[in-house]
Amino acid sequence: MQWETVIGLEVHLQLATQSKIFSGSATTFGAAPNTQASAVDLAMPGMLPVLNKKAVHYAVKFGLGIGAQISTRSVFDRKNYFYPDLPKGYQISQFEAPIVGKGSFEILMDDGSSRTIGITRAHLEEDAGKSLHEDFNNQTGIDLNRAGTPLLEIVSEPDIRSAAEAVAYLKALHSLVTYLGISDGNMAEGSMRCDVNISLRPIGSAALGTRTEIKNVNSFRFVEKAIHHEFQRQAEILEDGGKITQETRLYDADRDETRSMRSKEVANDYRYFPEPDLLPVVIDNTYIESIRQSLPELPAGKRSRFTSQYGLGLYDADVLSSSQPLADYFEVVAGVCGDAKIAANWVQGELLGQLNRAGGTLAKCPVSAAALGHLISRILDNTVSGKMAKQVFEAMWAGEGDADEIIKARGFLQVSDTGAIDAIVDDVLSANAAQVQQYLDADDAKRKKLVGFFVGQVMKLSKGKANPQVVNELLAKKLA
Amino acid sequence: MIPAPFKAVFNGYMTMAIEHGEIEKIAELSGIRISDEEIGQVTERIAEILQMVDQLQAVDTHNIEPMANPLDAIQRLRPDEVTEANRRDAFQAIAPAAENGLYLVPKVIE
Amino acid sequence: MHTKSVAQLVKGLRERQFSSVDVTRAYLDRIDALDSQYNSFITVDDAAALTAAKAADERLANGTANALTGIPIAHKDIFCTDGMRTSCGSRMLDNFVPPYDATVIQRFKSAGAVLLGKTNMDEFAMGSSNESSFYGPARNPWSTDLVPGGSSGGSAAAVAGLLAPAATGTDTGGSIRQPAAFCGITGLKPTYGRVSRLGIVAFASSLDQAGPMARTAEDCALLLNTMAAHDPLDSTSSAVAAEDYTATLDDDLQGLRIGVPTEYFGEGLDTATGKCIDQALKELESQGAALVEMSLPHSALAIPTYYIIAPAEASTNLARFDGVRYGYRCENPTDLRDLYSRTRQEGFGEEVKRRILVGTYALSAGYYDAYYNKAQQIRRLIKQDFMHCFEQVDVIAGPTTPGPAFALGAKSNDPISMYLEDVYTLAVNLAGLPGMSLPAGFVEGKPVGLQLIGQHFGEARLLNVAHRFQRATDWHLHTPNSAKGGAL
Repeated sequence: MQWETVIGLEVHLQLATQSKIFSGSATTFGAAPNTQASAVDLAMPGMLPVLNKKAVHYAVKFGLGIGAQISTRSVFDRKNYFYPDLPKGYQISQFEAPIVGKGSFEILMDDGSSRTIGITRAHLEEDAGKSLHEDFNNQTGIDLNRAGTPLLEIVSEPDIRSAAEAVAYLKALHSLVTYLGISDGNMAEGSMRCDVNISLRPIGSAALGTRTEIKNVNSFRFVEKAIHHEFQRQAEILEDGGKITQETRLYDADRDETRSMRSKEVANDYRYFPEPDLLPVVIDNTYIESIRQSLPELPAGKRSRFTSQYGLGLYDADVLSSSQPLADYFEVVAGVCGDAKIAANWVQGELLGQLNRAGGTLAKCPVSAAALGHLISRILDNTVSGKMAKQVFEAMWAGEGDADEIIKARGFLQVSDTGAIDAIVDDVLSANAAQVQQYLDADDAKRKKLVGFFVGQVMKLSKGKANPQVVNELLAKKLA
Repeated sequence: MIPAPFKAVFNGYMTMAIEHGEIEKIAELSGIRISDEEIGQVTERIAEILQMVDQLQAVDTHNIEPMANPLDAIQRLRPDEVTEANRRDAFQAIAPAAENGLYLVPKVIE
Repeated sequence: MHTKSVAQLVKGLRERQFSSVDVTRAYLDRIDALDSQYNSFITVDDAAALTAAKAADERLANGTANALTGIPIAHKDIFCTDGMRTSCGSRMLDNFVPPYDATVIQRFKSAGAVLLGKTNMDEFAMGSSNESSFYGPARNPWSTDLVPGGSSGGSAAAVAGLLAPAATGTDTGGSIRQPAAFCGITGLKPTYGRVSRLGIVAFASSLDQAGPMARTAEDCALLLNTMAAHDPLDSTSSAVAAEDYTATLDDDLQGLRIGVPTEYFGEGLDTATGKCIDQALKELESQGAALVEMSLPHSALAIPTYYIIAPAEASTNLARFDGVRYGYRCENPTDLRDLYSRTRQEGFGEEVKRRILVGTYALSAGYYDAYYNKAQQIRRLIKQDFMHCFEQVDVIAGPTTPGPAFALGAKSNDPISMYLEDVYTLAVNLAGLPGMSLPAGFVEGKPVGLQLIGQHFGEARLLNVAHRFQRATDWHLHTPNSAKGGAL
């Protein structure tokens, strides 16, 4: 049987506020256990929540970013269950009336095709603490620093059909929220976590199969692996005539498998009801409009502008618009050198290559966009060859100075002087009489291949400084 | 001594049949252990209360918006500022079990 | 000294007739001598009280005193007090010493009031007789065989027994007014949102409200002046500006329209109690008020509505008591589930567990619409009844309770008859209105309470009516015999 995968994603996004959603505790990552847990976060008796304005602002910003309906009246509810990382015994969340309603956004696949993924809703809620299972005399340790960190839970429609689409969706979402500045999107620190709902159905079938929910898959790579694994597992069960149990499973990255979560075995009845310690959140259209006005250019808009304004291909435009700092960097490089296509190649090739090797970020990049633009303009004005420019770039990366200084210091200045090159060309032709004869005997098609030999010899003798264009012209003349 | 307008409370509303099993489920959700000796009486008492509140079912509430807050007030928002200092020592001094800054519970198995 | 009202003590302190230390010591001595009769206090810290009194005397001497500086006040053991056990009448919190103050406590402290002690109460404020306290029942000073009412029974008993000039209470369904009525004192439940709930152990969030309990309306006004304020840390706290509640106490009652709901005077109201209320209404009429007969048609539904909403909210408010971060924890839990279920089995008393179970049931899948949602709809109907009445009247008056205090043990095994004690008080909480109870006579030596219900934020008007009533009557000045022994 051919199976179709039906995937819906629930993304828990930590919002980049200074303080928690319902208390004045800091949200800094990595603090010593329970040092950022206030009386409110610890659910001390009599403590009450007060809603953080910024969290609402960020949620609205997200909603506008995906063209969603913003609720002018949203309500917080209590979701009741016992767990040691949930101090109140309930999570304050939004159930019936979330702040962000239906929306959608487009994802671009590697093959250039695009798909629209629906967003069912996005709602505000509080994060839970962390359970640390390292052994404390066979006990679990609870750190409540994370408890109360604002989360935006973004729920997609079951519109995703493959692991690749799921990853593309997450990357696009990551790109969007970092553009909006509402989250740092740091997956390693848990700022963006993902639950995967997955079911299979025979291709062509419209009915949905029984789904499982895989909890807390926290990197793009694991999302892909978890989906592949769960597909295999479900397909095997179905092929054997079995039935899928609706359950919550945990992805174990170490073993690359999903397994049923024992702690969730007890059938939950969350008993949602309106949180009586909070009141309905009412926002007006003026407020929504003011946020809309302040929205930056978003990845999709930037991508299409890059294709039209700079003539870039969709793939290049997509890569370069994937993050705001990268897009900004590219635009400066293109502006300084005046050739967007070469700028795009350099940014994606040399720059991102170096950054990846160095494991750094653009913010800490030693070569400024203006400096790279200047280097490229030195290629364009024939001061340096493209090949030499790569060495110049490496030297710039190492902090040896700007492009002009390095070209001068290393003697990389390109020779375009016809007289000097003419002499070298003559030397090469006389030293390789046999090849010259071979060339003269060959037809046009073969000649094109053979001329490369002479160019290579000239470049070798000129130590790479001869302007290849001038060399080609001279050779063509002399071998005619 | 039951005030007349409130007599309905005791008039013949059908007893909500609530079974031990249902009470056990509710107790599980409530995180409260009920011993075998207690369960009978607990069930009886809760059945009485449910019978009493069941008279609400007879009221027509069509188109009436539920009222969660008596003043129908709306939420005030607080500025995004860190106002809380670290008070871990004070808080953990009253904890039943804490070690290395962590609260301890019996091992949680995921 | 102990027979003086708060207003008289304020005057005496100002005029240096006595010091705060004198007053505080006098009350501490009375507690020591007499409270074994009433069991009205759970925790008293003499040294801390006297230290606060000394500090108050300094403020009185250096001119930085406020209205309540140096006045000892007892607080219901539901208000968190920094460094002093806050038990909420429960085994669950028997060992709980909060490292913070409730906003109300903070306001009293910064006003320079002396924290006299923490008073007994029904466990987690769930009860109408004080019999559900882990510390044993408080007793009614008018007869120690009688319950003092609940849940603020300890506060009422302490004030009635002259062990404190004034106290605080909380009222979720009548918990200030009913014990005030049973003990012959004056108590006010303010408008929902008038007094901060921060640091008050929550019972039912949308109903809980703290208020003053004292012998006179004037004293209640003095306390309310300190208690009422907007609290930015309580989302449900009202931004409506608080008033000087003493300013209009003496306004006359000419033209005042008093609504008298027929539903509160029907069969079921104890005849003698009803007579006291009729007398009280005549007194108000004689001062120029007009009595307007009116109807609150959904009154009968207040009990079932309340007994869904309050337990539902309580069932989740009390989920935090899990033995992990504070409070009681069962011995040697075998696993997480055992930790929760045994801690809560052992830490909570019968009535609390009963309400948690009922509340959980009302919120659970398949029942939410039929119970919780339905109750919230009917709650609106109940509020609308009041709103319609307030188009015609300024205040509503009636009995606080169907009859006077009952004997200890009389209802403790019959939850529903206990619930009926609050038949006239619950609707006021459901609608978020201010209500008060003031002494209006005696039936066989047992006090009777007159209930006044005001419009939202109409506390000043209620206190004014009550004060005018107390200027013309002396029911509030009667002292139980038990309080006379050991007078110092």
